[in-house]
Amino acid sequence: MDVRAALREFIVDNFMMGQDAASLSDSGSLLELGIIDSTGVLELVGFLEETWQITVEDDDLIPENLDSIDNLVSYVERKKGS
Amino acid sequence: MCGIAGYLRLDDSVVMPDESLIGRMANSLRHRGPDEFGVYIDDYCALGHSRLSIIDLASGSQPLSNEDDSLWIVYNGEVFNYIELRSELKQAGHRFRTHSDTEVILHAYEEWGRGCLDRFNGQFAFAIYDKNRGAIFIARDRLGIRPVFYTVHNGRFIFGSEIKAIFCDRSVPRRLDYKGLDEIFTWWTTCPPRTAFERINELSAGCYVEVCNGEIKTGRWWEMSFPTEFDRGRSAESWAEELHELLVDAVRLRLRADVPVGAYLSGGLDSSATTALIKHFTDTRVETFSIAFQDKAYDESAYQVEMAEHLGTNHHQVSCTYHDIAGNFPNVIRHTERPIVRTAPTPLYMLSALVRKHDFKVVLTGEGADEIFGGYDLFKETLIRRFWSRRIDSPWRPLLLRKLYPTLPLSPGRARFYLETFYKAGLADPEAWTFSHQPRINTTIKLKEYFTEDAQKRIGGHSSVDAFGVDLPERFGDWHHLVRAQYLEVKSLLSGYLLSSQGDRVASANSVEGRYPFLDHRVVELGARIPPWHKLRGLNEKAILKRAMKKELPAAILSRVKQPYMAPDSNSFFCENRPDYIDELLSEQALAAAGVFKPEAVAKLKSKCARLSHAHLSFKDNMSFIGILSTQLLVSLFLDDFRPAETLTRENFSRFYDFRGQPSRKV
Repeated sequence: MDVRAALREFIVDNFMMGQDAASLSDSGSLLELGIIDSTGVLELVGFLEETWQITVEDDDLIPENLDSIDNLVSYVERKKGS
Repeated sequence: MCGIAGYLRLDDSVVMPDESLIGRMANSLRHRGPDEFGVYIDDYCALGHSRLSIIDLASGSQPLSNEDDSLWIVYNGEVFNYIELRSELKQAGHRFRTHSDTEVILHAYEEWGRGCLDRFNGQFAFAIYDKNRGAIFIARDRLGIRPVFYTVHNGRFIFGSEIKAIFCDRSVPRRLDYKGLDEIFTWWTTCPPRTAFERINELSAGCYVEVCNGEIKTGRWWEMSFPTEFDRGRSAESWAEELHELLVDAVRLRLRADVPVGAYLSGGLDSSATTALIKHFTDTRVETFSIAFQDKAYDESAYQVEMAEHLGTNHHQVSCTYHDIAGNFPNVIRHTERPIVRTAPTPLYMLSALVRKHDFKVVLTGEGADEIFGGYDLFKETLIRRFWSRRIDSPWRPLLLRKLYPTLPLSPGRARFYLETFYKAGLADPEAWTFSHQPRINTTIKLKEYFTEDAQKRIGGHSSVDAFGVDLPERFGDWHHLVRAQYLEVKSLLSGYLLSSQGDRVASANSVEGRYPFLDHRVVELGARIPPWHKLRGLNEKAILKRAMKKELPAAILSRVKQPYMAPDSNSFFCENRPDYIDELLSEQALAAAGVFKPEAVAKLKSKCARLSHAHLSFKDNMSFIGILSTQLLVSLFLDDFRPAETLTRENFSRFYDFRGQPSRKV
């Protein structure tokens, strides 16, 4: 499965309990939409690290990296490449 | 503590039920008052009472009448200044047959009418039946410490301390109020008069209801109020002195009882303060009670023991495991009679059982200090968010938030970004009346995503956020922002959750009465006059209370950062040997039958909670799980399998006043 599909599936399943998948756009802010809250991010980071064997540094925890599917995809691609 | 119930015929064509109904209603409140039962019944009205004997053990039985038997009262609670009122009323010519506070209320009502309420210092819900007018008057204390509910059905006005008493009349429909659920999943409580059940009303704190000639009128007799300008010239020390003096008196009045009085000790500032005041300013032998948690993340027993040793109290403790929470949860919902989004009332249910086991009926607690003196993190957040809102782009201002959450399981780098985003909610409009509560609301409303389409349709266009906005005091917008947050917190969480689901209901479940010195209305009204900057001094919470209590409390307690009282939430329900009801109520069939939540979404949530039961689960998922499980329990206990209490026979009643079809007869 490609990165985008895997991320989407994880977010829809784990944070939206499988509901309203269509309402989640690739560019929408996960925090502002209330899909991920302050503790939910731990689950997201855990998922990124396990799925793609990457290490998410504290400094990486900024909206530009994590706050939408689009941003997550480019972040994961970048980390995998590095 | 006691239980009250009754009904009144609204028009002459109505056929009155036989006496077995009022017997069942009184018996359904047996946990609130197991010591004695009493009934008054005539062709129009029935009153039932279950008594927890605390004052005037020998002659304080109820229902009680005035000199000429024209007024009859059933009453739950305490009016602590009854001794002073009694002598005033005696001078005015009233004759007393008992030494109870019940009789004082009755004569005060005779003397001053509705205005008697302003003279009461206490926690109460009572009903007075005026036989000559065929009218009933029901009032509830200022902050809603004691509950009372009512409905109108088949031409009768029916009321009770708890909803289960009303449901003893099997003809009363038992249906969920979906708008009520929606309000709970917004504010943690319904906005009264709404409850979780359709057409069942809660009498709001500080309100009364009068039923006369078939008409039902409600009104407000007290409202939480704050000044728009504060006294800038007065020193903190001077406020602290006045507060100290008043607290001593509030505690002294609350030790009035003809049975021994104990105290809860949480390890925090507030209950340490009340306990220290008992110790220092009265001769009462102090027994203290507290909860210890097996899960050390929640446990405060080291502080409890330290305080108990410091004060030399005789200390008792109950230890609470995950399994205890899962096992007791259905009983807790039987008493809260509404869904809850945290398990925290459950350990308090165990604590009142401990109190009862040691033969205590009354405990003093520290409830209310956080609301009155600015103890909650929510107030600090409001302060920081307000400061931040003036320069939304400031990179530095939100850093203050980190000071609030030093223990959050996120490294500083991680914490910052998410805290900021979370608390940024509503920042653009700092004058919005919901400003202080927007982050909490935003987390809680996630629960609504589990509602079925049918549930959403029933909620319709009802705006639960606005429910508490309808009745705001006229000057609300002129108040200081901390004061606005305090007001909303008192109206929503204090009255609708802390004093009820986590207070009265879980204490009275084991026949225990809580008393709250910080909720003495004189303390509350003084607290309202104290300037906000003396309460929250920088980010030092309850600064004025710490100053007032500095002589009686050890430095360790005074300087301790407040730890919010919480209990393990959803992980409790995935412990070993967990009870069967959890899987049963969360099964696809049970969820589909109840029709409130989407079964497939709940299944996903449940497996996530199970998977992460030993890890950190988000507030949102925790709240959703507890909210859904408690709603399913409510459906099962009150809709599907409701069993009204058995009726009592005449031999069970210590008082049975039967005036049916005849002028007067005392059995």
